[in-house]
Amino acid sequence: MNVKIKAENLVKIYGNKTGKALDLFRQGLSRNDILKETGLTLGVAGVNFEIIEGEIFVIIGLSGSGKSTLLRCINGLLMPTAGSLVVDGKAVEKLDGRELRKLRGEKISMVFQHFALLPNRSIMDNVAFGLELRGIPTDERRKRAQKALVSVGLEGWQNSFPSELSGGMQQRVGLARALVTDSDIMLMDEPFGALDAIIRMDMQEELINLQARIKKTIVFVTHDLDEALRLGDRIAIMRDGVIEQIGTADEILSNPANEYVEKFLQGIDVSKILDASSISKWPREVMRETESVSVALHKMKVADTDYLFVLDPMKHLVGMILEEDLLLLANKKEKSIRSIIKEARAIKSDTVMRDVYPELRQAEKDLAVIDDEGHFLGVITQYTLLVTLEERKGGDGIAEH
Amino acid sequence: MLSIELPKFAIGETIEWLIRWLIYHLAAVFDLVSNALNYVTGLLSSGLTAVPSLLLIIIFGFLIWLITSKTTAILSAVGLGLVWNIGLWLQLISTLTLVVVAVIIALLIGIPLGILMTRSSKFETIMRPVLDFMQTMPPFVYLIPAVMLFGIGVVPGLFATIIFSVPPPVRLTYLGITQVSEEMKEMAIAFGASDWQVLSKIELPLALPSIMAGVNQCIMLGISMVVIASMIGAGGLGAEVMRSVSRLDLALGFESGLAIVILAMVLDRVGRSFASIKETPARKVICFFRARYNRAKNSKSQVLGITTANNEGGDT
Repeated sequence: MNVKIKAENLVKIYGNKTGKALDLFRQGLSRNDILKETGLTLGVAGVNFEIIEGEIFVIIGLSGSGKSTLLRCINGLLMPTAGSLVVDGKAVEKLDGRELRKLRGEKISMVFQHFALLPNRSIMDNVAFGLELRGIPTDERRKRAQKALVSVGLEGWQNSFPSELSGGMQQRVGLARALVTDSDIMLMDEPFGALDAIIRMDMQEELINLQARIKKTIVFVTHDLDEALRLGDRIAIMRDGVIEQIGTADEILSNPANEYVEKFLQGIDVSKILDASSISKWPREVMRETESVSVALHKMKVADTDYLFVLDPMKHLVGMILEEDLLLLANKKEKSIRSIIKEARAIKSDTVMRDVYPELRQAEKDLAVIDDEGHFLGVITQYTLLVTLEERKGGDGIAEH
Repeated sequence: MLSIELPKFAIGETIEWLIRWLIYHLAAVFDLVSNALNYVTGLLSSGLTAVPSLLLIIIFGFLIWLITSKTTAILSAVGLGLVWNIGLWLQLISTLTLVVVAVIIALLIGIPLGILMTRSSKFETIMRPVLDFMQTMPPFVYLIPAVMLFGIGVVPGLFATIIFSVPPPVRLTYLGITQVSEEMKEMAIAFGASDWQVLSKIELPLALPSIMAGVNQCIMLGISMVVIASMIGAGGLGAEVMRSVSRLDLALGFESGLAIVILAMVLDRVGRSFASIKETPARKVICFFRARYNRAKNSKSQVLGITTANNEGGDT
């Protein structure tokens, strides 16, 4: 196992004259005391870690915990006040301007929370931006950018502009821009934080799939525990500039290092996994009433399922159709699916977890989740419920320690 | 009344002494600048007057059509034709020359100053009161040192016009660049951009609308000052206005005033077209040639399978 990035007693204090603040920190004063005494903010307070080649290393913490600061020390956007940050055996803080630019241009790329796409450039030119900075000829960088766009599923969008794309698509462009430089390391600063829940899930899934192919070293900053648990090969929990615990999801869940970590895990469990909407997922495909039998069959094939929920144009839940009925219709050469729409079992989004379970057992297929006006919000499958319960059990276990 | 004898600060006298010192010691420099400016404006205006007026109006109309739209171009040409018809064409040309030269120089000074202000907060704190001073000092006052330094004629007029029209491009360049979001700059740096690349590829392009608004403002102030500058012999339409005032000649006064209005409106529309990025005939022409150039280059280097290079121009 190859250590790719290594931090040794890394300290970052914001401001110009950090000498006094550093002394105070070494004397063991707290973050607040240092702020009171010197007016300077202690961003990262003596952190050690090693990131192994090819892993997704997630840094999680509340806002202001220093996670973004730590991330920016890796590519030298912020220079450490003390300590060292080593990438591939070289200390970043010792590089001169030219070497630093080379490091950023060729070895480390970055994905930003608010995408940071240039509105005056086409998608193609946004993706090729890193290569343009390095002076790579137009033809080659377009070819490479095209490839990167294909890999994030944005083929054919190269001549559009960022304002024409949805949030999720914009972040795909951000991802493509980071991929195109062929860097070994990808820094991701809450990349999915600005997206809505459904799209965030899709993007997480895609990142996992992508990572299986590209095998980069990814440092991923987030404040969302679910995201951390889903993506992270290893997770570092930060508080007030200090790493409280580093470990795999399993290690952290089953063996929290201290009370803070325990509370951190619990707090999120309780708030996140209490009602039906929090564990519902948008299905791969849904139907509209007006769509035909052949479309329905195609969608079922794509989504690998034997039923589909039917929605009206306002996204109200109309009902569901089953594959067996659909095949009968197809034999009769019927076009419309209206005749086979059945009532779908649905629950309100604020149904608490213990009431979801019996409902799901009674449901013929998966359970639809709707809001008070009958809008379809997503689906709870047997599998998601199982996974959720498993996680909850982990959470309860921690509480008993 | 209470009267206390206080020694007066000799501000005015100091400035006068400073100017006289400059004249005495740097006469050669001022002569050189004066000659150069005289030469440039002379060349430009004689070049413009050498072309038959009606042909020139048509050329102007065509150029305006390229960067704005058909309606603007026709109206501009009609307005200019009117000026020609009332016999103020030569004066209009000399005013136009003055404005164009003054604005170009003001931009060459103003935009870099605006960029410098974003780079050093110390420089910014110094520049702020200086800009206020330049903008609020009654423009007539500039005429005095201008005459002392350069004598009577076109060049002192240019000098005063430049001083008066420099602040907007400085301010709006500064404003435009400071409004570029930090995340954009951070992104560029994170992908390995040098300081120069951050400026040229991020800050200036994103600040362009604001900078262009500054260019437009600069042109407008330039026109208003050129009229005032005619008091010290800068000539042009302003001189006609001055003459009509001194003779109480309403007819001439109205006509020359109208000519200035027409020139100002034409230049404003042109300046506006810089400030807004729109689909103009010029863009279409540029796109057409760029596409052709790319195609030629592609076939030359025999790069196959790149269809995207040709689409560069066709994106808007």
